[in-house]
Amino acid sequence: MNETALAQPQKLPVGPIGRHGIGYWGVGTLVASEAALFAYLLFSYFYVGAAAQPGWLLEPAPSLKLAVPNTLLLLASSLVAWVGERGILERRRWQALLGFGGATLMGTVFVLVQWFEWKAKTYKLGTSSYASLYFVTTGFHIVHVVVGIVVLAAIFAWTALDYFSPRRRLTVSAGVLYWHFVDIVWLFVFTTYYVTPYLGFGQ
Amino acid sequence: MKPPDYRTPRIGTDSDAQEAKLLQAWETAPGLKGFFSSVDHKEIGIRYIVTAFLFLVLGGIEALVMRLQLAGPNLSLLTPEQYNQLFSTHGMTMIFLYASPILSGFSNYLWPLLLGSRDMAFPRANALSYWIYLAAGLFLYAGFLSGNGPNDGWFNYVPYALRQYNPGLNQDFYSLGMVLLGISTTIGAANFIVTAFRTRAPGMSINRLPIMIWGTLTANAANLIVVPAVSLAFFLLWMDRQFGTHFFDVAGGGQPLLWQHLFWIFGHPWVYAIVLPAMGMASDALPVFCRRPLVGYSLVALSTVATMILGFGVWVHHMFATGLPGLGLAFFSGASIVITVPSAVAVFAWLATIWLGRPVITTAFLFFSSMILLFVIGGVSGFMTASVPVDWQLTDTYFVVAHLHYVLIGINVFPVVGAAYFWIPKMSGRMLDERLGRWNFWTMFLGFNLAFLPMHLTGLLGMPRRVYTYGEGMGWDTLNLITSIGSFVFAVGLLLFFLNVWKSLRSGAAAGPNPWDAPTLEWAVSSPPPPYNFAVIPTVASRHPLWEDRLDEEGAVSSIERGMLLDNGKETIATTAVDAVPDMVLEMPEDSFAPVLLAAGAAVLFVGLLLKMWLIAGCGAGVAALAMLNWLWPRRELREREASP
Repeated sequence: MNETALAQPQKLPVGPIGRHGIGYWGVGTLVASEAALFAYLLFSYFYVGAAAQPGWLLEPAPSLKLAVPNTLLLLASSLVAWVGERGILERRRWQALLGFGGATLMGTVFVLVQWFEWKAKTYKLGTSSYASLYFVTTGFHIVHVVVGIVVLAAIFAWTALDYFSPRRRLTVSAGVLYWHFVDIVWLFVFTTYYVTPYLGFGQ
Repeated sequence: MKPPDYRTPRIGTDSDAQEAKLLQAWETAPGLKGFFSSVDHKEIGIRYIVTAFLFLVLGGIEALVMRLQLAGPNLSLLTPEQYNQLFSTHGMTMIFLYASPILSGFSNYLWPLLLGSRDMAFPRANALSYWIYLAAGLFLYAGFLSGNGPNDGWFNYVPYALRQYNPGLNQDFYSLGMVLLGISTTIGAANFIVTAFRTRAPGMSINRLPIMIWGTLTANAANLIVVPAVSLAFFLLWMDRQFGTHFFDVAGGGQPLLWQHLFWIFGHPWVYAIVLPAMGMASDALPVFCRRPLVGYSLVALSTVATMILGFGVWVHHMFATGLPGLGLAFFSGASIVITVPSAVAVFAWLATIWLGRPVITTAFLFFSSMILLFVIGGVSGFMTASVPVDWQLTDTYFVVAHLHYVLIGINVFPVVGAAYFWIPKMSGRMLDERLGRWNFWTMFLGFNLAFLPMHLTGLLGMPRRVYTYGEGMGWDTLNLITSIGSFVFAVGLLLFFLNVWKSLRSGAAAGPNPWDAPTLEWAVSSPPPPYNFAVIPTVASRHPLWEDRLDEEGAVSSIERGMLLDNGKETIATTAVDAVPDMVLEMPEDSFAPVLLAAGAAVLFVGLLLKMWLIAGCGAGVAALAMLNWLWPRRELREREASP
């Protein structure tokens, strides 16, 4: 008779501890799927652009005056959100509140600046395939930023209610992960629409 | 007192007291309350199965009406527009509302049982994915029933789908419905992935997973990445139609072929996604009737994954006739030919299992083994069309229709009905009738081949697909009549299946826990299983926990009766991704109304978008947002927030 295998684990965490929990995996899968969505959006841009006639780019030299500072602002907000997460980890609630509140605010400013960018365009959604791609791709991104802002605001509120501790903070880490994703994906959108024309794509 | 953050799980044996305790924690409330709030994977799995079979019946009726129209030349039962809507809705129904959800249903029901767990990783997301599937199905069928069904084929090519040529609401129903359905598929995919990696019984390392887990996991990993492509395509189509964008129309600088790329980047991996789980079911169930383990387990598991990886690189074979550059065609043709290799590995593994085993001929065995034959026929016709010159000759003819039905009915419907014979006894506790089962199988098998084997010839003789009628004297009359007769015989066969299920539920013989003497964990629990599945968490020591005594393998034996009790409320175990070492105690969520409310909100949102009634859309979005807030609100019971000191 062979010996019976029996798992007899020692002390195990009960529920998520830190970012160690299946909810983090869940947000990971969400991010993977959303990243794919943006990949298809950018694929559409390059596919249409590669076959387009000269003059397809409505902005052969897109203005970087607002776009670059706004990009930096969004990236910085990722850092600020991370500082907030550290605040939870080190039991400094004021730092956490400042971090999540600051990131929420910075995200909101980003959306407002994007709105001004949209308003300043000389073309509209239906002007051409370039215009449609530009507005729909950046529009998809804005929607993701807005969702991220709501998530950060909720985390801010829950932090204010003193829900979290260094151990019980999966919600915070998962929300911040999503925010990092929203920021990183913008780099790809930004590069596509603001940088590749200078590199000669679509000219 | 604050509950401890760390705990050593108590070990014990299955007892009446333990079962009573677990039942109290896991049982769904009776009545409507339980119906709308249940997060039990078994409940959800059965709902998926019932709903998907209802759509199979609807899609089947649509097919029969079309076969009446095509039974002879120059018939006028249907108008061209009616015919367009019927074949498009038939494709949409079978591919999106039946073929994938039926597999989600079996997987939902079976996964935690196969894995030795008490539920899926995200039970509420599981409920949400079902409710959204139901909402999307109703949404799409609301279009069809109001005369606004899709009318451009299931792959819905532009420019015909654009507003200029298609001014009705048909395409808007289809577009928005597909975006809604995509949400359901994506959530389901995420759930399957995390479940497979994190909620297995201790000891069920990745080389001990049942092949069905491999199949469904692989399919859903693909779904997670490719469903956004089709959702985006349909969303952009809706934008082009309703908001004057120019993604697909040439006049505004758009690209009609962009639609085809986005659709097939999704569509071809999806074809594998709706057969790999079914092949997995066959790989697990067929060996039971051969009385031996599957031959070549590792090869079959790896070829499952290889099929999917290659499957990402074959989409252009749907577009050989669109005038793409020759080099591109050569690449995709090569990939489409290579992909037959991993498929053949599975075929030879099944054949070897039958050859080396002592087959017990049951109805389930007949369905699974006939699948091998149908798969080979469908595979060979697919292999033929992977060759560019052959495809140029055959594309858009009935040859392709014959091919895709051999693949989809052969490797989805046949193994699914086989799986029903195999696993319904587990779900209901009652056997299906074997005698009626034989009639069921032979009617379906003969009817199917009678309908679709001659169809290859119809295609070779040049009959184009998607025409509502055809002229006399083209040499197609007899073949079409045979196909129509065959399709009705096939339908009778399917009817016999439903009759058998109905009879079994009323008066079937009692099944007992393990009627087939099968080796995997789901057969270790009673039929039907209790709400908590396993009274103690089993520890797995081999691929065949219930056959260890006779396989005489080296090494330790699995522990089924004795294990972690985990009876402090709704609990199960999380294990590490590869080795399945216990990692943490999972606190599982109670039943909840949030999923059904969220799905209802989403449905209202989509109705608002369809009608461009922004107030309605806003209300729907508001309800969905509130439901989500309630859902995500950190809970003490789930240890998502710090307990008060």
